Amino acid sequence: MSSHSKAPPLRRREYPYALFLLPGALAFLAVIVVPFLMNAGISLTHWQGVGSPKWAGLANYRDLLDDSAFWESFRHSLAMVVAMAVLPTALGLVLAAALFDYIAKHIGTRTASVLRACFYLPQVLPIAVAGIVWSWILAPENGALNEALGTVGLGSLRQDWLGDPDFALYSVMAVMVWVQLGFPLVVFMAGLQRADPSLHEAAELDGASWWRRFWHVTLPQIRPEIYVVLLWCTIAALKVFGAVYVLTKGGPGGATNVPSYFSFQSFFEKTQVGYGSAVSTALTVIILALALVALRLQTRAEDR
Amino acid sequence: MVLPFLVVALNAVKSPADYSAHGPLSLPEGIHLDGLRDFWQRVDFGRKLFNSALISGSVAVLAALLSVLNAYAIGIGRVRGRPWVLAFFVLANMLPQEALVYPVYYLSKQVGLYDTRLSVIIVFTVIQSAFGTYLLSSVLGAFPREVIEAARIDGATKWQVLWRVVVPVSRPTIGVLLVFFFIWTWNEFLLPLVMLISNDNQTVSVALGVLQGQRLMDATMTNAAALLGVLPAFCFFLIFQRTLTRGIAMGAVK
Repeated sequence: MSSHSKAPPLRRREYPYALFLLPGALAFLAVIVVPFLMNAGISLTHWQGVGSPKWAGLANYRDLLDDSAFWESFRHSLAMVVAMAVLPTALGLVLAAALFDYIAKHIGTRTASVLRACFYLPQVLPIAVAGIVWSWILAPENGALNEALGTVGLGSLRQDWLGDPDFALYSVMAVMVWVQLGFPLVVFMAGLQRADPSLHEAAELDGASWWRRFWHVTLPQIRPEIYVVLLWCTIAALKVFGAVYVLTKGGPGGATNVPSYFSFQSFFEKTQVGYGSAVSTALTVIILALALVALRLQTRAEDR
Repeated sequence: MVLPFLVVALNAVKSPADYSAHGPLSLPEGIHLDGLRDFWQRVDFGRKLFNSALISGSVAVLAALLSVLNAYAIGIGRVRGRPWVLAFFVLANMLPQEALVYPVYYLSKQVGLYDTRLSVIIVFTVIQSAFGTYLLSSVLGAFPREVIEAARIDGATKWQVLWRVVVPVSRPTIGVLLVFFFIWTWNEFLLPLVMLISNDNQTVSVALGVLQGQRLMDATMTNAAALLGVLPAFCFFLIFQRTLTRGIAMGAVK
């Protein structure tokens, strides 16, 4: 692939392709690189956002290691990875294959696209709106879920879904599965449309079961999409902020706090800017390390 | 998946008395639009819609443009060190916004862009184009070389090849990017929450999120707010749905 660089067929004096990267590079420098380096720099200081920062070396990071609230928020990130990457990808694959091979063929493509649209709808919604909808549904008094449980005679299951430390994290996770599922579904269905149908038909003629065709024909064909989706969803899960802000504000008692909300609190509520920067820098290091691993895996899979 | 929306729509048109008498699951006794109207006026919702549309639309177009330029150099031009350039863009997009938010907040205050929609447009153009660069580069990497070489032999410059060959052929992917950029920017929360302090500049997302945080609303107004938040997203979705499907179909035909 990379040995493909040929000289252009006609020799002309012309600007190099790299010139097309210039606007992007300058914009990235101003918006990403400089702020990012500043953030890393601030993390080595004690600073309240006003006055001049006081050099602190690695003190913020040492505090971080001993801060059980931070570690708890970090554990919640892993729960978010399950809710936003693992479950939606797995469910999205099965649903996409079912919609594509079964519903579209036996019931109609129109039904399949309407169903796809329904699954995708939560993705189009501002997370703040999803937050309003769900915090009302999950409300302890007069919430739609508790009312529904009461109506069908399961009133004993009523809970303060977002206010009880034992349930809050699971409630947020459930909401995130609902929010996230549409993204993998749409990407996978697009991938399936691109895939060669004759392979699938050949396997069907050979008598392969639906599950075997799914596993041996469908999955390998959309492997690039699966990597992309898993990668982006995991990153999104580690960065999740809005949902926590609108659903629980990290509560009750930190039961749903996540690093991004933790750093937001440090920046703008506690005005411990240095400490907040240390949290966000640590989070960045973790995310970038994961991203590098994922990218490597992806390149290796593409080279095979 | 759509059930929560139906329940919200039902309760958004109930009167508060109806709601407290029959709870959230009954059908409304009549259509009662006061909750919607009160909420609309209370947050100046028209203004928020305009802000969201302005910001998201600008970002979608500018970010798509930037993505095309970047991806052309990487995917077609195969610039030297291309894996590193690509990795840089990908990693830039994966940075948590928390690692940028305080410096961006601070710097924008220094240059007088704090609490302007322009500041948010600039920041999201760059962030979204990182994803666009990543996706388009891989699409353009598989672009049929013969087509480009044929155009070059016919004497087209790189700039002409980009606009007359690559962009038209890649239109489905670019369309998908525009849709995703628009939706993502519309839904962004953290940076707009920090950057857009004044009521006049806030987006729909921020306005609803802030209100929700304050928990000042009764149940019917909450539902009215939710319905008004859902509706524009729903309308855009209906429009975009066609673009998405058309793009996917064109990509399949090629």
